[in-house]
Amino acid sequence: MYGVSQMQRQLAEYTSTLFEEGFLDDQFKQLQQLQDESNPEFVVEVVTLFFEDAERLLSELAKALGQENIDFKRVDAHVRQLKGSSSSIGAQRVQKVCIAFRNYCEEKNVEGCLKSLQEMKQECSMVKSKFETLFKMEQKLFAAEDSVTR
Amino acid sequence: MESCNCIDPQVPADDLLMKYQYISDFFIALAYFSIPLELIYFVKKSAVFPYRWVLVQFGAFIVLCGATHLINLWTFRIHSRTVAVVMTTAKVLTAVVSCATALMLVHIIPDLLSVKTRELFLKNKAAELDREMGLIRTQEETGRHVRMLTHEIRSTLDRHTILKTTLVELGRTLALEECALWMPTRTGLELQLSYTLRQQNPVGYTVPIHLPVINQVFSSNRAVKISPNCPVARLRPYAGQYMPGPVVAVRVPLLHLSNFQIYDWPEVSTRSYALMVLMLPSDSARQWHVHELELVEVVADQVAVALSHAAILEESMRARDQLMEQNVALDLARREAETAIRARNDFLAVMNHEMRTPMHAVIALSSLLQETDLTAEQRLMVETILKSSNLLATLINDVLDLSRLEDGSLQLETATFNLHSLFREVLNLIRPVASVKKLSLTSHLASDLPMHVIGDEKRLMQTILNVVGNAVKFSKKGCISITASIAKPESFRDARIPDFLPVPNDSHFYLQVQVEDSGSGINPQDIPKLFTKFAQNQSLITRNPAGSGLGLAICRRFVNLMEGHIWIESEGIGKGCTVTFIVKLGITDRSNDFKPPSLPKVLGNHGSTNFTRLKVLVMDDNGVSRSVTKGLLMHLGCDVTTASSSDECLRVVSLEHEVVFMDVCTGLDGYELAVRIHEKFLKHQDRPLIVALTGNTKKVTKENYMRVGMDGLILKPVSVDKMRGVLSELLERRVLFETV
Repeated sequence: MYGVSQMQRQLAEYTSTLFEEGFLDDQFKQLQQLQDESNPEFVVEVVTLFFEDAERLLSELAKALGQENIDFKRVDAHVRQLKGSSSSIGAQRVQKVCIAFRNYCEEKNVEGCLKSLQEMKQECSMVKSKFETLFKMEQKLFAAEDSVTR
Repeated sequence: MESCNCIDPQVPADDLLMKYQYISDFFIALAYFSIPLELIYFVKKSAVFPYRWVLVQFGAFIVLCGATHLINLWTFRIHSRTVAVVMTTAKVLTAVVSCATALMLVHIIPDLLSVKTRELFLKNKAAELDREMGLIRTQEETGRHVRMLTHEIRSTLDRHTILKTTLVELGRTLALEECALWMPTRTGLELQLSYTLRQQNPVGYTVPIHLPVINQVFSSNRAVKISPNCPVARLRPYAGQYMPGPVVAVRVPLLHLSNFQIYDWPEVSTRSYALMVLMLPSDSARQWHVHELELVEVVADQVAVALSHAAILEESMRARDQLMEQNVALDLARREAETAIRARNDFLAVMNHEMRTPMHAVIALSSLLQETDLTAEQRLMVETILKSSNLLATLINDVLDLSRLEDGSLQLETATFNLHSLFREVLNLIRPVASVKKLSLTSHLASDLPMHVIGDEKRLMQTILNVVGNAVKFSKKGCISITASIAKPESFRDARIPDFLPVPNDSHFYLQVQVEDSGSGINPQDIPKLFTKFAQNQSLITRNPAGSGLGLAICRRFVNLMEGHIWIESEGIGKGCTVTFIVKLGITDRSNDFKPPSLPKVLGNHGSTNFTRLKVLVMDDNGVSRSVTKGLLMHLGCDVTTASSSDECLRVVSLEHEVVFMDVCTGLDGYELAVRIHEKFLKHQDRPLIVALTGNTKKVTKENYMRVGMDGLILKPVSVDKMRGVLSELLERRVLFETV
């Protein structure tokens, strides 16, 4: 008993810090609401999808920005995609970086773009590790709850 | 002499006298003997003879007389004493019997005489009875004649036949020489000879109606004997010196339908009579008998009734013919109206679908064109195209609205809205236009106007916009003022609009809006025309092609639907005009029900809307947001299909999908896709609703989306509650646009 409630409290604390630090926003809460008996792994699935997508996009971006004549339209398209994805799951900080990235694209500012790309990579990896921690804690909690009820 | 007892008559026997006496006695005796024989024979024959014993007595008397005379035969010669004795006895007996008979006869003869008297009496009686029988038979025959006459008269309903038959039958029954009918002329001052028995075509004799003899006849309902010399009776030229036959005249009341009042039998109420004149044959010695007069009176009455029946029948036949004609005309009119309605409905159906779709295409593609790079000239052209097509779209909508209004199929959508913000929005919309024309715009909302009211916001706004727009349109300078207040019943007692008293109560109040402008004004005579459709006020020169003339008509319809009134006052040309309207709105005190206009209702969890099995299609080329949206909709119970590109979406979309959620963060594909989806389901009434999801707040406007044919627009991020609200509102209203 003691273990379960402590774990729950820990999870709640961790989640709220994520919100406070701006990693996640309300959209993530919505996502959590969508998880129910018919769809128990919804959040995990979506987040996984996001990270797959993000990796792909980031490598594309790197390729595009590495070229001689940068096709800013393409870069902008990619960034827009990433922005959309991140806003869908509520990864707030990633989204903010995307917005800045897009502005640099419009200005055709190569420096700015490269800088943003770096930032983006950083943010993505950060939020990825945060999510991993979160999911691990959730799994442990569920396992503990299950054993208690059994 | 010998002493024989013979009696010797003194007279010698051979005397002639003696001989004659001898013969006479013989015959007398014979007769006397035969009489009783005859008597007996005949009495035996007859059945009744009361006095037999008298007969016997008489017979005895006769026999004895005969015997006496017979015996007398022997006394002519010498005869013995016995013969004399016999003779004497016979004589004595005879004397006795005859005396007795004589005495008897004294008694009998009065009796016999009285029998005779009685016989005479009976004979007289029989004769009298015979006479009476004759009379009765005559009367019965008369009655039969009357019945037959009546039957003949009443068996036809044709006026002429009735009258002719009357005359003919009367003539036959009464064996008249002449029978004639005088009818009153139209003027009522003369009698005209209309029908006669013997003459085929009576020449139009007329006599004035106020002759004394005619008055005499008309004043009584009996048949009156009149002089053959009076004008009405001089019917034919009678040749010769014969005495004209006695003439009788009787009045025939001419009855009208109105005469058959229950208390007012013809005597009293009828005014016009015809005159029937009957003439007996001139050379007969006949006189008018009472029963004949009675017959004539009865016939006259019957004729009157028959004529009125004929008149009534004529009337009703005429009315029936008229009704039939009217029926046919009405039927035709109805069929024409039905054809017209069907034509109009067909037209509307065509308009609705066929005209809107190309309109969408034109508008969509024009606005797409606007977004591309164009030269200034091209841009101008495209703008003109857009403006014109917008106007056309508005016109189509207006006309469709009006038709739906007239059909009665338009229903107001009642919801709670903020009255104050409605007016603000109207002002905001009109202000730019007014300031361009350098018109000043003022508005005054009464302090007691409630904030939140229940009514049809969209249509109220349409009405106010139309009225204010007109004010702006038709004013070249000056100012426009809008006043809104609660209508007071007192101000309506001057019966500008009869029967309309805006009495407020706990649940409703009447909003009065007055728009005054100082523009060109309207001729007071033209005011009634303003509310009729399509009538342009020719006296106003306007270059604004947006005035199709429908606006005020639609306003009036809306105002009427809201149980109100709208009217215009103007002093004349150049003196400005004032438009006032009153509408009924509901009061609400639930201000927490307040919703900002055009945002979807936040229903929360109590909206027990069932989206189970609602088939939707999600188009999004971003995998993550696609799965999020899909998860969201699945959480709400929908049956979700996904597509990751426009092409895939077009391939997959079908009529089974009720809603298509299209993510347009990626740009302009959304417009084209919407147009293509419209095209795909051109022929179908229930194509899927198209809702755009976007996070893009810059370039998107509601108009753009509407033009393209999208039914909704939602801003991302979408929460579960928001999506729930969106779905329910979409399904209810078929349209949903968030303000950006």
